Amino acid sequence: MHEPIINLKDIDVEFKQNQKVFKAVQQVSLQVEPGDIYGIVGYSGAGKSTLVRVINRLQEPSSGEVWVNGQNMLQLSKLELRNARKKIGMIFQHFNLMNQRTIADNVAFPLKSSGLSKDHINQKVQRLLELVELSDKAQAYPNQLSGGQKQRVAIARALANDPEILISDEATSALDPKTTASILALLKNLNQKLQLTVVLITHEMEAVKEICNKVAVMENGRIIERGSLLDIFSQPTQALTKDFINTATQIDQAIEKIKLQDLKLNPNRKLMHLEYVGQNTEAPLITELYRQFSVVSNILYGNMEILQATPLGNLIVVMEGASDNLASAINYCKNQGILINEVNLTEAI
Amino acid sequence: MDWLARIFPNVVTMPEDFLIATGQTLYMVLVTAIISGILGLIIGITLVVTAPGKLLENHLIYNLLDKLVNLFRSIPFVILLAIISPLTRLIVGTSIGTTAAIVPLIIGVIPFYARQVQNVLLDVDGGIIEAAQSVGASPMSIILHVYLHESTAELIRASVVTLISVINLTAMAGAIGGGGLGNLAIIIGYDRFENDVIFVALLIILAMVFLIQLIGDKLAKAVDHS
Repeated sequence: MHEPIINLKDIDVEFKQNQKVFKAVQQVSLQVEPGDIYGIVGYSGAGKSTLVRVINRLQEPSSGEVWVNGQNMLQLSKLELRNARKKIGMIFQHFNLMNQRTIADNVAFPLKSSGLSKDHINQKVQRLLELVELSDKAQAYPNQLSGGQKQRVAIARALANDPEILISDEATSALDPKTTASILALLKNLNQKLQLTVVLITHEMEAVKEICNKVAVMENGRIIERGSLLDIFSQPTQALTKDFINTATQIDQAIEKIKLQDLKLNPNRKLMHLEYVGQNTEAPLITELYRQFSVVSNILYGNMEILQATPLGNLIVVMEGASDNLASAINYCKNQGILINEVNLTEAI
Repeated sequence: MDWLARIFPNVVTMPEDFLIATGQTLYMVLVTAIISGILGLIIGITLVVTAPGKLLENHLIYNLLDKLVNLFRSIPFVILLAIISPLTRLIVGTSIGTTAAIVPLIIGVIPFYARQVQNVLLDVDGGIIEAAQSVGASPMSIILHVYLHESTAELIRASVVTLISVINLTAMAGAIGGGGLGNLAIIIGYDRFENDVIFVALLIILAMVFLIQLIGDKLAKAVDHS
């Protein structure tokens, strides 16, 4: 266990609106360790943006403690806070580039007060643009760039002061899937190359699945579930988490479509949902079920994810066999560490 | 030259008056523009950054400036000319004449321009300001390098509107002997029924307005990259 690089303790954020107090964040504690890519997932309004803005005090918390890099952020003077912010890069959903400055000037902006010479700044800007593969756009203006390119510029700008932390506030939410993937790949790359700690807020579990090693799920200003990516994906306990995961694995859509088919289910023919993690996937399960129990399995839907180099599988199958054999087969699966459940179509409707 | 004398019988007899009047108008516009421009810009910026929830939030300064701007914007210029004449005398030593007209001009134009600057700066995307804060930029740097830099084109456009309004207001300076083209048109052209004088004074003012608009538009377009 490393010393956390970001440590939020009992954070409350309240907004007053016409005498009413709205609690955007309630009693949230969060520890992020160096090198983490920490995903914070939740629907809009869950308080995730408000929470991460507390990290660099773009949002002042109503109560709680904020420690970043061992510094108590709430006790810094204005000047100290500005210096601390330089070590916390941030990127945004709408990129927030300065439209009247060239790409190079946008990236150079954070270095204005750095005391570096002009040559030094130019070199650094060039290096940063190389890092995000936009060297050829140095003299272009933001409105000449695509969304993905703008976000790359924003990333270069966020990295100008060599921060140890990068906060990504819905940075891929305005981008198409392909561009999203390339930005996520870049973040992952930076995480490995620069040992950059990333806090990634998103409402898309897809994004989290792609690069995060840890996840927290937020609802109504609270973190309702957290853990390693694999734990969250393989054993979600909260309904909302399951919701997000099912969206990401598309299990829900699959069941919707299966419902439309006439499956002729009966006690000898059952619709089952199998989930398995890790080495289980390597066993020739379907073959084993037939060989040992004469149970025929017909795969209606399958999804296989590799999360943090560990496979995570989801299968929806129709199992057919004598009811005794069927029961033994299901038991066998359970003994293999597979999460197996009968899909109740009437309930699902 | 005969045809000129036929169309403008009175104007041709007084070219020097026109030259002087044009000079007076330009003088009033220029001095007002420089002083009101600087002060209006400062007040406009202050209004934006001290507003609730902004960079240098300050209720006292914001409310005070906001009320003052409203107050002075509600006073009709002709009345302003009259009521601040003691102040004018204090500042320039006299309450009549071209220089004396500049004091009420400045006081009348500052709040007008301040509001324009305020509106322009409020249009700068809050996200851009936030991004600048997130990289540790100081409030002064954000004002200079973000607010003003991002809105240069719009500031030029707002300045053109203000400048044209200043020309408009100088025409009233005649009421306190301020001179200028407006004064010439009224005192000589209108009162003596010398319509050609009104017409030519108007033409010169029109030329100034068109020129300012033209240069302003070109300049704004040249610096705008959005």
